[in-house]
Order: sequence, then C-alpha cells, then structure tokens
Amino acid sequence: MIPTALEFQLLLPVLIIAAGILISLIIEMFSSKSEKILPWFSIALFVSTAYYSLLTVGHERIIFNSMLAAGGTANIFFFVFTFGAAIVTLISIDYIKKIGMYYGEYYILLQSAVLGMMLMANAQDLVMIFMGLEQMSVCFYILAGFNRKKIKSNEAAMKYFLLGAFATGFIVYGIALMYGVAQTMSIPAIANGLLIYSDNIIFVAGLLLFIIGFSFKIAAVPFHMWVPDVYQGSPTSITALMSTGGKAAAFSSLLIIFTPLFATTQSTLFQPYLVVIATLSMLLGSIVAIAQTDLKRMLAYSSISHAGYILIGVAAGSELGIASVIFYLSAYTFMNLGTFGIISMIENKDEGNLSLNDYSGLGNKKPMLAALLAIFMFALAGIPPFAGFFGKYYVFIAAIESNLTWLAIVGVLSSVISIYFYLRVVVVMYFQKDENILNVEDSSPALLGIMISALLVIVMGIAPGSIINLISNFVK
Amino acid sequence: MTELIYLTVLLPLIGFLINGLFGSKIKNEKIIGTIGSGAIGLSFIVVLLILIETLGKPADQRVTIVTLFQWMKVGNLDISIAYQVDQLSILMALIVTGIGFLIHVYSIGYMHGDKGFWRFFAYLNLFIFAMMNLILADNFVLLFLGWEGVGLCSYLLIGFWYDRKFEKSTTASAAKKAFVINRIGDFGFLLGIFLIYMTFGSLNFTEVFTAANHIPVDESVVSFIALFLFIGAIGKSAQIPLFVWLPDAMAGPTPVSALIHAATMVTAGVYMVARCSIFYAMAPTIMMVVAIIGLLTAMFAATIGLVQNDIKKVLAYSTVSQLGYMFLALGVGAFTSGIFHVMTHAFFKALLFLGAGSVIHGMHHEQNIQKYGGLKKYMPVTFITFLIACIAIAGIPPFSGFFSKDEILWYSYAKGNFLFWLIGALTALITAFYMFRLLSLTFFGKERFDKHHVHPHESPKVMTVPLIILAFFSIVAGFIGIPEVFSGEGGNQIKNWLAPVFADAHSKKITYGMPSHFVEILLMVISVAGAAAAIWLARHVYLTKPGLADQIANRMKKGYSVLLNKYYVDEIYNKLIVQPIYKVSDGFLFKFTDVKIIDGTINRTASLIDLFSNNIKRIQTGVAQFYAIIMMIGIVIALFWIIVSLI
Repeated sequence: MIPTALEFQLLLPVLIIAAGILISLIIEMFSSKSEKILPWFSIALFVSTAYYSLLTVGHERIIFNSMLAAGGTANIFFFVFTFGAAIVTLISIDYIKKIGMYYGEYYILLQSAVLGMMLMANAQDLVMIFMGLEQMSVCFYILAGFNRKKIKSNEAAMKYFLLGAFATGFIVYGIALMYGVAQTMSIPAIANGLLIYSDNIIFVAGLLLFIIGFSFKIAAVPFHMWVPDVYQGSPTSITALMSTGGKAAAFSSLLIIFTPLFATTQSTLFQPYLVVIATLSMLLGSIVAIAQTDLKRMLAYSSISHAGYILIGVAAGSELGIASVIFYLSAYTFMNLGTFGIISMIENKDEGNLSLNDYSGLGNKKPMLAALLAIFMFALAGIPPFAGFFGKYYVFIAAIESNLTWLAIVGVLSSVISIYFYLRVVVVMYFQKDENILNVEDSSPALLGIMISALLVIVMGIAPGSIINLISNFVK
Repeated sequence: MTELIYLTVLLPLIGFLINGLFGSKIKNEKIIGTIGSGAIGLSFIVVLLILIETLGKPADQRVTIVTLFQWMKVGNLDISIAYQVDQLSILMALIVTGIGFLIHVYSIGYMHGDKGFWRFFAYLNLFIFAMMNLILADNFVLLFLGWEGVGLCSYLLIGFWYDRKFEKSTTASAAKKAFVINRIGDFGFLLGIFLIYMTFGSLNFTEVFTAANHIPVDESVVSFIALFLFIGAIGKSAQIPLFVWLPDAMAGPTPVSALIHAATMVTAGVYMVARCSIFYAMAPTIMMVVAIIGLLTAMFAATIGLVQNDIKKVLAYSTVSQLGYMFLALGVGAFTSGIFHVMTHAFFKALLFLGAGSVIHGMHHEQNIQKYGGLKKYMPVTFITFLIACIAIAGIPPFSGFFSKDEILWYSYAKGNFLFWLIGALTALITAFYMFRLLSLTFFGKERFDKHHVHPHESPKVMTVPLIILAFFSIVAGFIGIPEVFSGEGGNQIKNWLAPVFADAHSKKITYGMPSHFVEILLMVISVAGAAAAIWLARHVYLTKPGLADQIANRMKKGYSVLLNKYYVDEIYNKLIVQPIYKVSDGFLFKFTDVKIIDGTINRTASLIDLFSNNIKRIQTGVAQFYAIIMMIGIVIALFWIIVSLI
C-alpha cells in the first residue's frame, strides 16, 4: 500500500526532525557561522516538533502498513524527547564552548539521537524498534566520547559501546527467536496470537532476552554496571540527555511490547522478573548513592533507583500503571535536566567543581542557582508539591491496586533512603562553610533552560490530576 | 465575567512573586507599593464587575462554579482547583479585596523606610492570595489550603519585626504562639473534613451539602462534624478557649492587625460555619454550643478590654468580643446577621486599627494610652475618623454597627432567649464604654506625653485617605441591612441577597413564632439608650472627673487586677497545659523516646546502610569485562527462571 498524504501529515513530527538533520548538515558544511546558527536552529526544530506533537495528540492511528503509530502516547513521548532536547540544547550552548569541545556535528548528533528516540516510541514493528534503538545508541556512543581530549570521556564512550553492543546482541537474538515462532515482526500481528505464543518456551525466552536488552538501556540492576562510569565520564550535557531522553525512549519501547501482553490473561507473565529488577534497582541505587561524593556519579545511581520506581508502574501491568510510568518519565526528565543543567554551569573548564564539597556555600554565592537546585533535589527526593512526588505517588497507587502493596512499601523505604543524599546537597549548599572560591560563568541560555525545567516541575506538581488524565485518555 | 474570578486569585499571587523574588532588587518603595496595592486593587475591580453581573441575574441563578483544573484524583476523591462564586463568596471577596486594597495603600505610608518593605508587601499579597482561595474554594480541601495559607501569613507577619522585643519576650514567640494555638483548631477542622468524607464520600461543597440536605444522616454524626468544624473556627476566630493568641498577635505591624487580625482572617471561622450552615441547622445542640461560646467570648473579652492600656490591646480584645457576637448570631440561626456583622465590623474595626496605627505613627511608636491625651488638635483627620468608628462600634444609629449589632441582639432574643439578649446587650454597653474610654484618653484631656521629645503630627495623605474612605463606609454600610420593621417586608437587602445561600439551613431549622414589632423596637431603644449612657459615663469618668477611674480601681483592687491580667488565662494555660506537656515532652518523649529509641534505631540503620553502601560500591571496579560478567549472570538467572516457570 502506498502511504497517503494524511499518513505523512501524521508522521510530521518525525519528518521535521529528519529534514532538520539534513538542513543542519548543509548549514554545518557551508556556513562559517554554523556554531551560532545551529543551536538556535535545533531549538526551533525541537520546540516546533514538541508543539506539533501535542497539537496532534488526539489523532491516533496506525500508519505506514502497520510499521508506525501516530498520536496518543507516542506523541506524548515525542513531546518529552523534543522539549527535553530543546532544554539540553540550551544548556549546551555555553557549556561546550567552556569545555572546549565545539565541533559542528554536536547538534546534528543530538538531533539524530532524538530521531532515534522518536522511532523507538512510535514503532509498531520489531525491526523499527531495533532501528530506532541503534540510531539513538550509536549517536550516544559518539557523544559520550565527544570530549576527545579527555581520557575519562573516551573511557566512557568505549565502555558504553562495548556493553551496549553486548546488550544489543541479546535484543537481536530475542527478536530472532520471536520471529522464529510468530513468523512476523509486526507487533499488532504478534499481539493477535499472543495467547498461543505465550505458551511457547522459545517465544517467551526470546521476549525475555528482548526485555533484558532494554533493561540494560533503562539502567536496571543487574544490567546497570555501565551507568556510573558512563554518566560520570560523558560531557554533562550528554549525560543529561542520556539519563532522561534515552531512558524514556527505552521505556517507551518496553511499553509498546508490554501493552498487548497486559491485555491478555498472561498479563502477569513477566511480573516476577520486573518486580525483582525493580526492587534491586531501587535499593541498590539509593544505597550506593549515599557513598558517592561526585555529584554526577551520585546522580547516576539516583538514575538507577528511579528506573526501579518506574519499573513498579510497568510491573503493575494496569492502565494506571502505564499512565503513571509516562507521567513519571516526563517528571523525571525535567527534574533531571534541570539538575544536570546546574551542574554543567558550575563545572569548570577542567571538569572540576563536580564534587559535593565544591557546592558548599552556593546558597550565598549563587542564591538563584542554589534555590533552583534545591527545588530539583526536593523534586527528585519526592517531596510535594513538586512533580517527583506525584510521579512516585501514582506509581505506588498503581502497584497497590495491582496487589503489589509490598513493592510499594519497598519503594517508599527506598525513597526514604534516597532523601538522605538528595538533601545532603541542599545541606551542603546552605549550611556548610565555603572553603573554596567558585567561579561560575553565567550562561543565560542555560539558566533559561533550567528555569523552564523548574517551571514544568512545579506545574506538574500543582496540577498532576489534569496531566495524568490527559495521559490516561491515550493508554489502552 | 464570572469566569474571570481566577484573576482575583492570580493577581495577588503574581504580586507576591514579583515582590518576593525581585523586591530586594527593586528597592524603590513606590514601585513595590504600587505593585502590591495594584494587584489587590485590580482584583477588587474584578470582584466588583462580577457583583454587578451577578446582580443582573435572577436570584436562583447566582451560583457559578469556575473550575480551573483537576488537582488530584484518588479513588472516588476528586479534588479540583475550582471556585464557587455565589452571594456569600462575592460578599466576602468584596470585603477582602476592598478593605485589603485600602490597607495596602495605607501600608505604603506606614511602612515607609522599613528595611523589610518589599518583604512586607510580598507577605500581604500572599495573604490575600490564600484568603481568596479560602473564601472562593468550592471544596473543603482547597478551603483548608487557604485556611493554612492565611495561618502561615499570619505567622510570618506577626513575627515580621523578628528582631524586636514584644512584652516579655520577642515578636517571634508571639508568632509561634499564634501558630501553635491555631494548630489545635486546625486539628479539629481536619477531623471534621475526614468525617465529612467518611459520611458523604465527597469533599465538594455542592455534593456534600446536597447530600446532607436530602439523605437522612444520623444526627450524632452531623453533630460531630459540626463540632469539629467549630473547633477549627474557634482557633482561627479566637474564641474561648483558644482566643489567647489574638492579643499577642498585636506584635505585628498595625496594618497587619487591621487586615488579618480584625477585618479578614479572623472572620474566616465565621465564614466557614456560615458556609456549612446546613450541618449546624441539623445539629441544634451544637448550635447552642456555638451561641453560648460566642456569647461568653463577647462578654469575657469586653470586660478585659475595659482596663487595658495598650491601644492595640484594647482593640484586640474588642475584636475577640465582636467575633463572639458573630458566633452568637450563627448559633441562634441568624446566619445572615452574622455575615452582615462580619462586613460592618470589617469596616469600623479596620478603621480603628488604622487610626490607632496613625496615632502610633505620630507618637513615635508609643502605644500606651495613658501617655497620650489631647491629640485631637494634632491629628484632626485621625480623630474624626476614629470618632466615627467608635460611634459605629458602640451601636449608635444610623452608623453601620448599630444595624448589624442590633440585628444580632434581636435574633438572640427572638430565636434564642431573654438571657442571651441581656448578656449581649450588657456587652454592648461595656463595648461603648471602653471604646469611649480609649477615645477620651487618646484625643481629649491633658497632654500626658513628654512634649520635648514627642511631637505628634498628622499622618501623610496616603494614610489618611484610606481612613476617610473607611469612615465613610463605617457610616453608611449599615443601610443595606435596615431591619424589616422599618423598611417593610423584604426591605432588608443583605438578607434578600444572602437568603438563597442559607435557604436549606433555614428550612431544616424549626422556627418559632416571631415576637411582635413592638418588642423589637423596645429592645432597640433600650440598647441604644444603654450605649448612649455608657458613652456619657466614659466621658464623665475619664474627662470630667479625672482621677475617678483610679479611685474606682483602688476600691476594687482585686477585680481590677484580675481584669488587667486578663483573668490570668495565659498563666492558667501555662500551669495546667503548657508546663505538664513540656515536662512530659522533655523527660519522656525527648530524652527517652526520641534520643534513645527513635534516634538509636535510625542511627543504627543509617550506619548499617552506610556499611552496605561502602561495600557494594566496591563491585564497581571499572573493568568492562567484569561488568559484562555481572550482566551475564543476571541473564542466565532470568532465563533459568523463565524456563523453570514454564515447564
């Protein structure tokens, strides 16, 4: 079937970004002022896509011969990716100059990574998911090592690439096994025969390997080992995107796979697996984060524990569970972006000023940044009235309604542990005597990005009801 | 137009954000003051336009619910940020924004030169924001949010001059006292909200009140709901036994006393009880409790007011006493009269406080009325407006206080009993007496201040103009509530306006036959004559025969010192409640339970987790091959599990 004009129109968010990449390549090649043009061009691209995605969120359809989906949750994810990427771009503008890694392809790689994420979120075919995943991952491998002169950055890229390739192997293997049984790659087609397949051990093993591959991407224990090293070594702006957009994209693919499964009587087939990795992620993430003194490393462990909380929503396996996952991911994206934005502002040329003690007395020196960072820390710790609280709240409610009360209790306990290291940052900023001189270069684009994040974190905390309602409308 | 009601909440919030975030940078008092007052002034205009539009609608279509967004949804509990615009909330909103605006303007002059100028306006705007949420809320949760919000602002503003001394301690401890005592009331309020949710399965006003009206509910349950809510009102509106915080709240700047502790926040309890009138109509016992507490508070506070020497303290006790009147009205089922008195009281009490502020301003922060005297010629505008307010509160016709107070007295006789009326009328006499004592000592007689150091002066226009406007309304505001005995059937406009709000409550409550018009007029004449006599007496004691007051005080030493020390209520609370609780807290809860049990457990757990943390950290070796092995182990276990579980 030849795609109709309407289908192209519905695919516009993806097409805008794809066209943008091509135009960016040309700008980069022929313009001497590309470093001034490209970031703002990217932002325009991202924001217009984000806007268009929300505008067409109601047009739910399966398009392109059942290869892609349009509208609904896919568009909500589009919004999170592109708006998040816009904020990352704002943060990057002065940061990459400061670090001395301005190379033209930076923004083009960002756009390509976002395109990969979008394909992961609207795929309706296993091959499409794989393609999107690889497009995103390859961009991330390069971006992680983008600070070419730094050994740590190179190390991060190398480790990420090796272990990422390892995980991708399992995903491909899983797809092969599933194809072997189902004779199709199309997810709607597989969903139709799911009840029959779910008794087939080959198919289930394939599905498990596929899920394991994504467990790696979302940084769930025990597939998390790469996370601390990579998050710490990568340039901060890239860590911001990896930990938010990358994680959200991996979850969006997991939801695409799980949603048909939840509709069947076999909905709890993978619950034990999810429950175990969720528990391990929450507890290990929170506990080990306590011992970290490097802020980026601490946030890496925090990212692991947040993966655990989000997995609770997946394990719940209900509509509310899925809606809560999407809400949590959106909230997490903006609070984490804000946090990394502030870190990138405070970080100095030689990648110094990253340890917790460097933040002592920030409350006096940079009251604005300190207050914003405090908001993000409270949000990450899950303290109302910020978005993080309602993220956790909806996830826990979903767990309780699915008779996983004990998992919610583990989640709450883990949150309590995590409050320690989040609030320690606040304590250091406001109550610890400053020993060092901190030279923070002002960056108005970054500050703008951080403030937009803070605004979203507050809005999502004040009006969570309306947002979860919006999401729930599109979760089936 | 009605949909724009959100502006009245949003504008003060914006004002708060601008002044709160950037006030320290703006520095210019004119800009800060304009932003702060402007936000409230615009809100007032919006409310006024809504009033005009609502007046054009038929009486049964005057309720509009404006839903902004869904706040939270848990199970069947669905809470929205939604505002109920009806006769009651419009009236309250007019009072809050109108008087609020005048007090904001006045503050520009009063707070001139204060180093916390921007902070003051930020807090004031935040207060209006919270107060508007309180009165406009269409559900108990949002109302509670506003309720706590105004409590917070009250705390912040009482302790505004946190580095100043206040009586025996600091303003900060006065603020703390207000906050802690309000917690007791709030606890009751919360219990009430929980019980409402348990009983009716909703917290939305319309749903709850409709259910209460139509579904048969056990009277004891409704009584408990009414009682718990009333406990909340007791705390916020400073009634016996929780009134002790309000006199101490005078530690705050005087405009704060006028706005929060006289005109608006303290009447929130009255508003809440009136809003929930249906519960009270269904629980006659609790209504009796409300009436008696109100009556006792009115009398009790008025007697203390007789002998106080601090100008703001006198007004504080007078406020407590007037709030007692309002609860008396609610308790006898005259909800309209209660709200009517809220309105008139807001005008003349705000005026009294602002006038007092003007005097304090002109007397270099001296607050002892024994050190005033003869200020009439120095501050003519303040004097005239203050005099008007005194006549209004004394209940002399045709000033506003007469109409509302007399209506309350009349209903306390007609719907209550003779004793209610008698004590109420007696309180009115005492009120007239101490207000004119205050007036005489301040503005008449010998000048008892040190003329070399103190040079009384009239306040600037920015302060006197609000006084004049308030004085105008203190005179005329009563005319919207002319008793039907004069204005004919249906001539009482505020009663007609509010009637739909209280229709359900009135239909529930059994009404007795009303006594005749002759009795009504007779009682009115008695109370007015009594007030006039009290005024004459006050002038006689304090002006014509100075020294007579001291003689009387000496002759009745014991009684005098009991009153001067406010019946020793603070001391009794301290001995009976505060000290025992403190001892138990310190000895048992703190030194044993907290330090040993709780801290011990937490510290052990924390060090255990620390230990874990430092050991698990070591797994992170940095070697990529090792990472792959860990992953592999995980994969093998997972595959093993799925195979076993499927076979």
